[in-house]
Amino acid sequence: MAGRDRLLSAVLLAPTAIVFGAFFLVPLAELFLIGASGPAGFAAYAAILVDPRYVASLASTIALSAAVTAATLVISGIAGLFLSRNRFPGRDLLVSLLTLPLAFPGVVIGFLVIMLAGRQGLIGALSNALTGERIVFAYSMVGLFMGYVYFSIPRTILTVMASAEKLDPRLEEAARSLGAAPWRVVRDVILPGLKPALIAAGAICFATSMGAFGTAFTLATHINVLPMTIYTEFTLQANIAAAAALSFVLGAVTWAVLALARSAAGASVAAAG
Amino acid sequence: MKRRGVAFYAQLAFTLVVSAFLIVPVGLSMLAGITANYFQGVGSGLTLDWVLKVWQLYSDSIYLSMQIALACLAATLVLGVPAAYGLARRPSAFGRAIEELMVMPVAIPGLATALALIVAYGGFRGFRTSWAFILVGHVLFTLPFMIRSVLAVMSAIDLKMLEEGAASLGAGFARRFFGIVLPNCRSGILAGSLMVVTLSIGEFNMTWLLHTPLTKTLPVGLADSYASMRLEIGSAYTLVFFLMIVPLLIALQLMIRPKGDIR
Repeated sequence: MAGRDRLLSAVLLAPTAIVFGAFFLVPLAELFLIGASGPAGFAAYAAILVDPRYVASLASTIALSAAVTAATLVISGIAGLFLSRNRFPGRDLLVSLLTLPLAFPGVVIGFLVIMLAGRQGLIGALSNALTGERIVFAYSMVGLFMGYVYFSIPRTILTVMASAEKLDPRLEEAARSLGAAPWRVVRDVILPGLKPALIAAGAICFATSMGAFGTAFTLATHINVLPMTIYTEFTLQANIAAAAALSFVLGAVTWAVLALARSAAGASVAAAG
Repeated sequence: MKRRGVAFYAQLAFTLVVSAFLIVPVGLSMLAGITANYFQGVGSGLTLDWVLKVWQLYSDSIYLSMQIALACLAATLVLGVPAAYGLARRPSAFGRAIEELMVMPVAIPGLATALALIVAYGGFRGFRTSWAFILVGHVLFTLPFMIRSVLAVMSAIDLKMLEEGAASLGAGFARRFFGIVLPNCRSGILAGSLMVVTLSIGEFNMTWLLHTPLTKTLPVGLADSYASMRLEIGSAYTLVFFLMIVPLLIALQLMIRPKGDIR
């Protein structure tokens, strides 16, 4: 019986395994070999890490993703905690508005950033009316930062709210009745309770910011982030080997961050995706 | 009801600002799509001309995206539901490997997956130039969402007990799967389906590299209109996109709203 059972489970999983093997693992393996097909061979992977152009691009991508993650966690942490703790008229509508952009594609978010901070954008129009100077920052790293935070807020708020609802309110009551100041309750009771969810959400946020392409593509092709560099190497320079090697470095960094987060926060990281 | 202090209102104000940040640009872009001349402002009058223009220019891409999304849904249902069932039934090394694999499309950037597909299968001209090439990318990207969504519901209910009950009454595997397992996982399947269709319609990272001039999807057309058309046309196209995707997202919200009870 156990043997038949095991066979049945394997049969149920087989189609997915075949599709992923044929269209994901095999192609990635080929891409890995192509990354090493240049004159340098597999040393091409190491060479990327010393080429100043690529290092600058990788560093700015990591810095951007880290900044996006930090900003998103603070913003979504405050809003998510507030929404899960309070009931007031209009709360459900507010939750709906905050989670509506859950699956907006990067290109559209790029366009929304242009609507806000572009040449004909709202921020420019307001600043022009107030000070006579048109503030435009959509087509730069700042615009990209804004777009990625926009993209990450809905998902992170959902994770924070789901986690905050599971916290035991008696712990907070206990801390308060023992005379803890509100900021100490937040620091010593609420934040530790939310930590796994924050790590999980932060890891997803970091990973999507590392690999995102559509927003940068819409805003400006000269923004120096790694996905844009890969795209340029592939299409304009026809340098498939470099594009392949860079893709693997990007994938490896992202994978490592997710794996670190998973070991720190338990298995919930995958579930937060 | 307790009295609400300054802290409550400060947090409320903060949350309102965040939601304004998310919603105002959506409203602005929808408005721009029906404004005669956005540079002059709404005073120039409202019109549906831009939406009609978008339809003339890009209706093919909209139909193609719907076609791919539905095909992608069919593929993820056929592959994902049995896979989730296989994972839920019993823990095994094979199952764990599959679960590990499911994290990868999140970790590996879509750009890299697309490059890999082109490198491996780009030589097959017929496949490369057909919409099935894009479909493969979309299935890789969305399948984990379907599996996770169905698996979440399967783990929450006592599938084993229900199945043993049915088996003891003489139900074979097929009857148990279609009569017990599927009906009990309806909510997970529905939530997963909404997510798959939404993600497929909006997928750009991979599709931009996978598409050909004859297989342009909606987001590819969007990028094209943002780059080369006037702002009103890009906005009108975005408006059409929102009209397609917002009902799906609202339905999705109703299902995943964190209220504790998933069913």
